[in-house]
Amino acid sequence: MSDTLLSVQGVETYYGNIRALAGVDVEVKKGEIACLIGANGAGKSTLMMTICGSPQARTGSVIFEGRDITRMPTHEIARLRIAQSPEGRRIFPRMTVYENLQMGASLDNLKYFNEDVEKIYTLFPRLKERQAQRGGTLSGGEQQMLSIGRALMARPKLLLLDEPSLGLAPLIVKQIFDAIKVLNQEQGLTVFLVEQNAFAALKLSDRAYVMVNGKVTMRGTGKELLANPEVRAAYLEGGRH
Amino acid sequence: MANITTNPESAGGSLTARALREGFYAGIVSLGLFVLFVGLETTQNIRNELVLRQRWGLLLTFVLVAAVGRFLTVAYVRPWVAARKAAAVARVRDESAPDSFFKRNFNAIAIVALILYPILAMLIFGVQGSLKWVDNFGIQILIYVMLAWGLNIVVGLAGLLDLGYVAFYAVGAYSYALLSQHFGFSFWVLLPLAGILAAFWGMILGFPVLRLKGDYLAIVTLAFGEIIRLVLINWTEVTRGTFGISSIPKASVFGIWSFDVGAANNFAKVFGLPMSSAYYKVFLFYLILALALLTAYVTIRLRRMPVGRAWEALREDEIACRSLGINTVTTKLTAFSIGAMFGGFAGSFFAVRQGFVSPESFVFLESAIILSIVVLGGMGSLVGIAVAAAVMVGGTELLREMQFLKQIFGPDFTPELYRMLIFGLAMVIVMVWKPRGFVGSREPTAFLKERKAVSGSFTKEGHG
Repeated sequence: MSDTLLSVQGVETYYGNIRALAGVDVEVKKGEIACLIGANGAGKSTLMMTICGSPQARTGSVIFEGRDITRMPTHEIARLRIAQSPEGRRIFPRMTVYENLQMGASLDNLKYFNEDVEKIYTLFPRLKERQAQRGGTLSGGEQQMLSIGRALMARPKLLLLDEPSLGLAPLIVKQIFDAIKVLNQEQGLTVFLVEQNAFAALKLSDRAYVMVNGKVTMRGTGKELLANPEVRAAYLEGGRH
Repeated sequence: MANITTNPESAGGSLTARALREGFYAGIVSLGLFVLFVGLETTQNIRNELVLRQRWGLLLTFVLVAAVGRFLTVAYVRPWVAARKAAAVARVRDESAPDSFFKRNFNAIAIVALILYPILAMLIFGVQGSLKWVDNFGIQILIYVMLAWGLNIVVGLAGLLDLGYVAFYAVGAYSYALLSQHFGFSFWVLLPLAGILAAFWGMILGFPVLRLKGDYLAIVTLAFGEIIRLVLINWTEVTRGTFGISSIPKASVFGIWSFDVGAANNFAKVFGLPMSSAYYKVFLFYLILALALLTAYVTIRLRRMPVGRAWEALREDEIACRSLGINTVTTKLTAFSIGAMFGGFAGSFFAVRQGFVSPESFVFLESAIILSIVVLGGMGSLVGIAVAAAVMVGGTELLREMQFLKQIFGPDFTPELYRMLIFGLAMVIVMVWKPRGFVGSREPTAFLKERKAVSGSFTKEGHG
């Protein structure tokens, strides 16, 4: 677990004149789960989107597998097998679950579709039950599963998950985090996770970052940050999720 | 008039009484509303004095329509609707029951009916009498079906609201008109050429609007349509401006039989038939039918190919599309250009059918009609759109036939002037009754029973 898959170096991202990221350094190594926690508006999702090239970083660079992807268009970044389950899930509501998964596999023109879809169905059996149903009619948890499943259909090297627990019942959150763990341990998938649900995310992570106002203020292993009194005070006390 | 829901079971005497009462009230209200508007009219008499004219008869008609309409609504229509609703709830949908033969083979039946249509028209109304039915109804409707199917690719599938579609129609029509006059190319050479030119213009429109969405896109495409029309009006050396281009050559049956009166291989002459323009119209009918079916076939095929699915995904969520590795630029451009291509085909057909093109035919209203057909039919649904086109265009054509209305409204009444009024009314009604159009639900392109066959067809094409 030594070689770096993704490294974000000194990235600054702006929305117009407003600086959302103020020099962020983040590193994700092959085969690990990294997570980024922080309050609302800290810039977590912006970092996620910057990695995908929309918006692009104004300064600094994003390196994936030793390749500078800072200025690449989003769809070409996706072709390097960086798959994303974006904030708000963004499944295709009028397409069926099955078609959504097909869209996920469009990079390979569905070459591995039949074998991959079975893997997704083993991971999330609910999706198999719902496969002929339209995406928009699914519950929030099922939509999240579909969003992750769709991202996995692209056979990613790096999976970016933006708040997979957002607005979901604790039981569903647990299912989804379990699935992430399974993916990581059994298939060696590298996962970069953005979460507000700090407790669950830190427990799962090999590497963790805390973001405040567009800067990474703390870093360490998940366990270290879980034990850190500042982190506990800011993100964990006041009710475990 | 409060909208009180009734229980159909308690119908009977009380319902009739209530209906009578509400009808009476409706009559009173409309009397109050219309007594000054309709009952009295000011006119100038011969000495230029303003005099009051009373129109009690007309007022009575208005009041009676309101009262009787209300009575019928309360007494019959509402209980009927309620009963139907109750029945629909009670009826458990049996999924395994096969659809009726008609429903299952609707498309095949419709196509066969369309193929037989001109022949039937000729048999029933005679060669000359069929002209009206084949031309005004058949060809006119099919042109709109084809245009709406072409626009459906842009609006229905890719979700790009295009208010200037008529521009491509114009490009196709003028390409045919100009190239055939100046270079003498035949229809069959120019048909694909017109399509290519229109597709090219689709790309030209596509590039600047790539970043636009929704309302903004609609406005720019609207402007594009107007630009094309204004160029056609003002570039008089080439297009002859508002005079238009006339005596555009007719199409021939692949060069074998001609429809020019003097030609040696005139269709009627070759077959020893009496001279009539009806044969040409029948030929045009089959031509536009073939073109429309080609549009439908291509749309159906494309929907199952990566580019078609990318269009649909684009309509749903552009950001998700990009994060799945879909190039949204090429996806949008292909949608614009393929949609425009069919507009171009339809345009060159229009030119050959009319024999005359002028900028008058390509006003914004045409774009609006085509778009409303797409919306009414249900975006993305080919059958729905065809039905909408038949209802809307056929319905307005039917108005011309309704001469009996003159007996009611007086000899000055020209029903076709009320075309847009009725068009708009119909649109409002359909949108209230079925907000997603006649066929509102999207048909999935992947069927689980045929998984192998479908997914096999995906692997053929490269990704757009």
